[in-house]
Amino acid sequence: MLRDKDRFLNILLVSPSILAVLIFVYVFIGWSVRVSLSKWKGLNADYTWNSINNYLELFADPRFHVDIRNTVIFTGVFVFGSISLGFTLAVMLDQGLKGEGFFRSLFLFPMAISYIVTGVVWRWLMSPATGTRTSGFNLLFSYLGLDSLANAWHTTPTWGIAAIALAAIWQMSGYTMALYLAGLRAIPVELREAAQIDGASELQIYRHIMLPLLSPVTLSALIILGHMSLKVFDLIVAIAGKQLPLDVPAIYMWQITFDGLFYGKGAAIGILLLISVAVLIIPYIRHTLRTEAQQ
Amino acid sequence: MKRKFSIGKNWLYVPLIGMAIFYLLPMYVMLVTGFKSFEEIDLRTMWNLPLGIAFDNYIEAYSKLAPSLWNSFAMVIPAALISSALGSLNGFILAKWKFRGADIIFPFILFGMFIPYQSILIPLVQFMRSIGVSGLPALALAHIIYGIPITTLTFRNYYASLPQELLEAAKIDGADMLGIYRHILLPISLPSFVVVLIWQFTSAWNDFLFAVVLTGNRDWPITVALNNMAGSQIISWNVQMAGSLLAALPTLIVYIFLGRYFLRGLLAGSLKG
Repeated sequence: MLRDKDRFLNILLVSPSILAVLIFVYVFIGWSVRVSLSKWKGLNADYTWNSINNYLELFADPRFHVDIRNTVIFTGVFVFGSISLGFTLAVMLDQGLKGEGFFRSLFLFPMAISYIVTGVVWRWLMSPATGTRTSGFNLLFSYLGLDSLANAWHTTPTWGIAAIALAAIWQMSGYTMALYLAGLRAIPVELREAAQIDGASELQIYRHIMLPLLSPVTLSALIILGHMSLKVFDLIVAIAGKQLPLDVPAIYMWQITFDGLFYGKGAAIGILLLISVAVLIIPYIRHTLRTEAQQ
Repeated sequence: MKRKFSIGKNWLYVPLIGMAIFYLLPMYVMLVTGFKSFEEIDLRTMWNLPLGIAFDNYIEAYSKLAPSLWNSFAMVIPAALISSALGSLNGFILAKWKFRGADIIFPFILFGMFIPYQSILIPLVQFMRSIGVSGLPALALAHIIYGIPITTLTFRNYYASLPQELLEAAKIDGADMLGIYRHILLPISLPSFVVVLIWQFTSAWNDFLFAVVLTGNRDWPITVALNNMAGSQIISWNVQMAGSLLAALPTLIVYIFLGRYFLRGLLAGSLKG
C-alpha cells in the first residue's frame, strides 16, 4: 500500500514528464490539426477556418500522388529486403560458428551512424555517371566485368526510390537480424533436438518450426520497419536532396512549410502521416502490453 | 551428431564474408577517400587504396566542421543526461510504486516514441519561439522531451524485472520511497543507465529533422553542417568523406566500445526489455 506522503511524492515526481509529454505530444498534435484546418499561409499565424480544404488540395495534388507512390515502393523494398536479409543473417549466425560476435557487430554498426553521413557516402556509391566519369558501384561492376549491372540508380525516374531503399536496407537489416537472433535464442533447444531426432533437416527445422514460432518477431519487425519507412526523411535528403521524382511526404512537409510557408497544407501532411503511423502503432502497443500483463 | 554438420557449416563463411564486405564497402570508401591527396582525386581510381596517407582533407574538413562538432557535443550531452535521469524516475514509479492510473499513463507516454515528428513540428517551432528559447537549448529541450518515452520504457522494463521482495524488505526497515530509489535501485541501475545514455546520445547526435528546423547556421549541429557542406559545389568529395568520418566518429567509437549496450537499447525500441 502506498502511504499518503509517498503517493503525493511520486505523483509530484512523474508529473513534469507527464506534463511535458502531454504538451509536446498531445497538445501539439491538436494544435497541428487546428493548423491543418486553417488558411495559414506566410510568416504570420493565421487560424482562419478553412475546413478540410488543405486535405482536399493535397489529395488532388500530383506531387502528393508521387509521394504516396514513392512511399509504397520504398516501404515494399525496404521492409521486404530488411526482413529477408535480417532473417537469413540471423539463421546463419545461429549455427554456432566461430566469430559470431564479430559478424553480429559488423552487420549492426550502420545503425550507429547518422542517415546524413551514410547518405553522403551512398550518393557517391550510387553515382549514375558513365564513361570516364564512372564511379561508385558502376565502376566496381566494370572492374568485375559485370557492366550489365551498371545503372542509373536513384536518378531513374520511376524506381529511383527503390535504389534509396537499398541504402536503407544496408542501414537497418542489422536491426532485423538482432530481433530474429534474440527470437531464435529464446526458442528452447529441446524443440530443435526433438525435430532432429525425427529426422528433420536443418532447412526443414527453420522452415516448419522456427519460422512459425518467430511470427511475433516478424510482426514486430514489420510494424517497426513499416512505421520507419512512412517517416523516412534524412536519408533521402542526404542522397537526393529535394529532387521531385524522389519526393516523400516528410520532405514535402518540410519544404512546403518552412520554405514555402504554406503552414496549413504542411500541417495536413503531418497529420496524414500521423494517422498512417497510428493505425500501425496503437494496436501494436495495446497488443504488447496485454501480452505482457498476461505473463 | 554435431560433427556431421560442422563440415557443411564452414561453407557458411562464404556468404557471411560476402555480406561482411557489403556492409564494409561504404566505410571503406569513406576511409580511403578521406586519405587521398588532391592529385589522386580521380573518379577512375576511386576504389583504389591511397598512395600515401594525407591528413589534409581531415584538416580542411575539421576546420569547416569544428564549430558544429562542438555544438553537437554541447547539445547532446545534457540532453542525454537529463532524459535518462527523468526516464529512471518515471520507470521506477511506473514499475514499482504504481498509483491509480499508472497503467493508462504508460501507453500514453509510449505512443510519443512512435509519432512522426512532422505532425508536431509546426507547434514545436511556434512554441519554442513563444517561450523565447532558440538554437541549441531549444534543440536540447526537444531531445529531452521526445526522449522521455524510450528512456521511461527501458527503465520501467528493467525495474519491473527486479523482485518485489527487494523493496518490501526495505519498506519494513522503514525506508521511504526516495530512500529506496536512492539506496537500493540507483546503485544497481548502472547497466540500464549505460544503455539509455548511449541510445540517447546516438539518436540526438544523428538527428537531422529537429536540428534543421530549430537551429540557424551559427549553431548548426554536425548533421546539418555536413549536409550543407556536401551540397555545396566548391568542396571536393574527398573533403566530404573526411567530414563524414568526423561526423560518424563519436557514435562509432561509442558503438565499438559499448556495442552490447547499444544493442539492448535497440531491442528496447521494439518494446521488449
